Amino acid sequence: MTTMKKLNQAILTATLALAAAGAQAQMRIEISGVGSNQIPVAVAGFADENIAPQQISAIIKADLERSGAFKLIDAGVITSMNNIDYGTWKAKGADALVVGTVAKSAAGDYEVRYKLFDTVKQSELSQLNVARAPQFTRLTAHNIADDVFLKLTGIRGAFSTRIAYVKEYDKRHYELLVADADGEGEQMALRSNEPIISPSWSPDGTKVAYVSFEQKKPVVYVQNLVNRARTVVANEKGSNSSPVWAQSGNKLAVSLSKDGHTQIYTVNADGGNLKRVSNSAGIDSEANFAPDGSIYFMSDRSGGPQIYRMNADGGDAKRITFTGNYNISPRVSADGKTLAYISRRDGNYQLYVMDLASGQEQRLSDSTDDQYPSFAPNGKYIMYATQAGGRKSLAVVSVDGRVKQRLTTQAGNIKEPTWGPFMQ
Amino acid sequence: MRKLSSLAFIVTTAAILSACSSTPVKVAEPAKVEERQIEAKPQPQADTRTVAPVETKSLDPLDDPKGVLANRSVYFDFDSYVVRDDGKPVVENHSAYLAKNKARSILIQGNTDERGGAEYNLALGQKRAEAVRKAMTTLGVSESQVEAVSLGKEKPKATGSNEEAWAQNRRADIVYK
Repeated sequence: MTTMKKLNQAILTATLALAAAGAQAQMRIEISGVGSNQIPVAVAGFADENIAPQQISAIIKADLERSGAFKLIDAGVITSMNNIDYGTWKAKGADALVVGTVAKSAAGDYEVRYKLFDTVKQSELSQLNVARAPQFTRLTAHNIADDVFLKLTGIRGAFSTRIAYVKEYDKRHYELLVADADGEGEQMALRSNEPIISPSWSPDGTKVAYVSFEQKKPVVYVQNLVNRARTVVANEKGSNSSPVWAQSGNKLAVSLSKDGHTQIYTVNADGGNLKRVSNSAGIDSEANFAPDGSIYFMSDRSGGPQIYRMNADGGDAKRITFTGNYNISPRVSADGKTLAYISRRDGNYQLYVMDLASGQEQRLSDSTDDQYPSFAPNGKYIMYATQAGGRKSLAVVSVDGRVKQRLTTQAGNIKEPTWGPFMQ
Repeated sequence: MRKLSSLAFIVTTAAILSACSSTPVKVAEPAKVEERQIEAKPQPQADTRTVAPVETKSLDPLDDPKGVLANRSVYFDFDSYVVRDDGKPVVENHSAYLAKNKARSILIQGNTDERGGAEYNLALGQKRAEAVRKAMTTLGVSESQVEAVSLGKEKPKATGSNEEAWAQNRRADIVYK
C-alpha cells in the first residue's frame, strides 16, 4: 500500500514535470541562414544560474544565435567575472566574452550581474546589474542579450520586446496571445468564439487594438493589456477594421464602410473625433503611419490592390507599387526608409521589401501564403504569418533576407503577428 | 256556569295536552351523513363526433422552412461584386418581405474565399454586401432596415482549398435581427 502510494506520487510528480516542460516550450523555432558578417562571441554559463527558474545563459545564447549576427563559441561555466584571461578567449576565436552570476536576495529576487568583454581590445565593454522577481528571469536574460547586441552591432536589440498574434482552433475558438519575441512566455489577452484579426500594438506597449467579430460584424476595440479594460474605438454602421496606431499613441487610423465603401478614417483612442482621411471611389484600407506622419495604405482605385502614400490629411496620394497586380499590407520601418508588404506573383503571396529612396524591391520569403508582416522595432527583422503543411505558423526574416526563423506551435493555427515596441 | 267550567276544562285539558305533546323532545340522534365524494359534473360521454376547433395566427412567411424566404444566400462569381441572376429572386423575395414588414431589419454579411489578405478580403466582402444592400433599397427596403457588413474570409461556410469550396464562400448572407 505504502509502496503503491509512493509510486502514484512519483507518477504524479513526473507528469507535473512534463507539463511544466511543455508549458515552457510553447513554440518550436527553426532557424535557417546566417548573417553575412557573424561576430564570434563566447557566452559562458552564469555562476549559480541553476537556482533561477530559467537558465539565463541559455536564453542569451538562443537570442544571439537566432539573430544570425553571431557565431557562438562554447565557454563552459565561468564562476568569476574578474581576472578574465583575454588571450585564452582570443585564441578560441572569440572576439567578445559574456559572463555573469546569479544570486538570490533575501526578498526572493534574483540578482543577475553580467559583463561583456572585448577580447581583442582586452577591455570591459559593458555591464549590467539587475534584480527582479523570479517571473521576470526571462526578461532579464533578454535584456542582457539586447545589451550584447547593441554593444557588438551598434543596433538596439529587440529580444526583450513582445509580440501579439491570433491563435485559431477549428474556426470556432480564437485567442489573442502575447508572448516574448521568441514565442516563449505566452499569455492570453482575449478569448472569443468569433474571429479576431488585425492586432496592432500601441506605441507604449500597454494596449493592443484589434478587430473582433463578436457582434456578428467587424468592430474595432482597444484593449488595455494590464487592466483588461476594453474600449470600442469604432462601431459605425457597416464594417470597422484595420486599426493602426499613430506614433503619438492617442490616435488610430481605421477603415470604415459607413459611407458605402471602405475608406480610411482617423479616430481618437477613446473613440472620439472620427474624421475621414482618404477619398476615393474604390477600397482604401490598411493604413500605416510613417514616422513623418504620412500614411501608406492599400487601395484598388486603379483596379487591383496597390500601395499608395498620402499626406496625414489625405491629400496628395501617390502610387508606390507598380510591379504585379496585387500588393497589400504596407508596413513602414521605424526609420521610414523601408516598406514591407505582401505581393502576389504567379499565384503566390510573398513578403517583399522596398527601399523607398530607390524604389528597389526584394522578395524575402519563398513560401506560397505569407501574410500580415510586422517590423521589429529596430527595423532589422520582419515577422509574418506563413503556412506549411496545412498549418499556419509565424516566420521571422532579417530585412536583408539572410536569416530566417519559423515559429510553430503544437496545436492550432497562429497568424496575424504584430511586433510590439521597445519598452522600459 | 257549568258551560263555563266545561269550557275551562276543555281549555285546560287542551293546554295540558298541548304541553304534553310538546314536552318530550327527544334530542334526536344526528342524522346519519353519508360520506360521499362531491361529485364533479358528470363525465362527458366518449364523443368522437364533436370537433374541437383550433385557430392559428397568420403564419410569418419568414418562419416557413419551405418558403421562398428560407433561401438567404446570394452567391457571386470569382472577383465579382455583382448580384448574379440566380441571386436576384433571393434579393427580391426578401425585399418584398422587408418592404411589407417595416419593423424587421437585417444584416447582410459579405464573404470571400480564403485567398489573399484578411483586410483586403474584408473590404471585398463589404462590396458584395453593399451590392445586395443597394439592390434591396431600390426595391423599396428602407435604409434603416439594412446594414451591410463583411466577414471577409474569416467565416468560411465551406472549408477546403478548392474551387468548389471557394465558390460556396463567395457569398452574401441575409441575417434577420
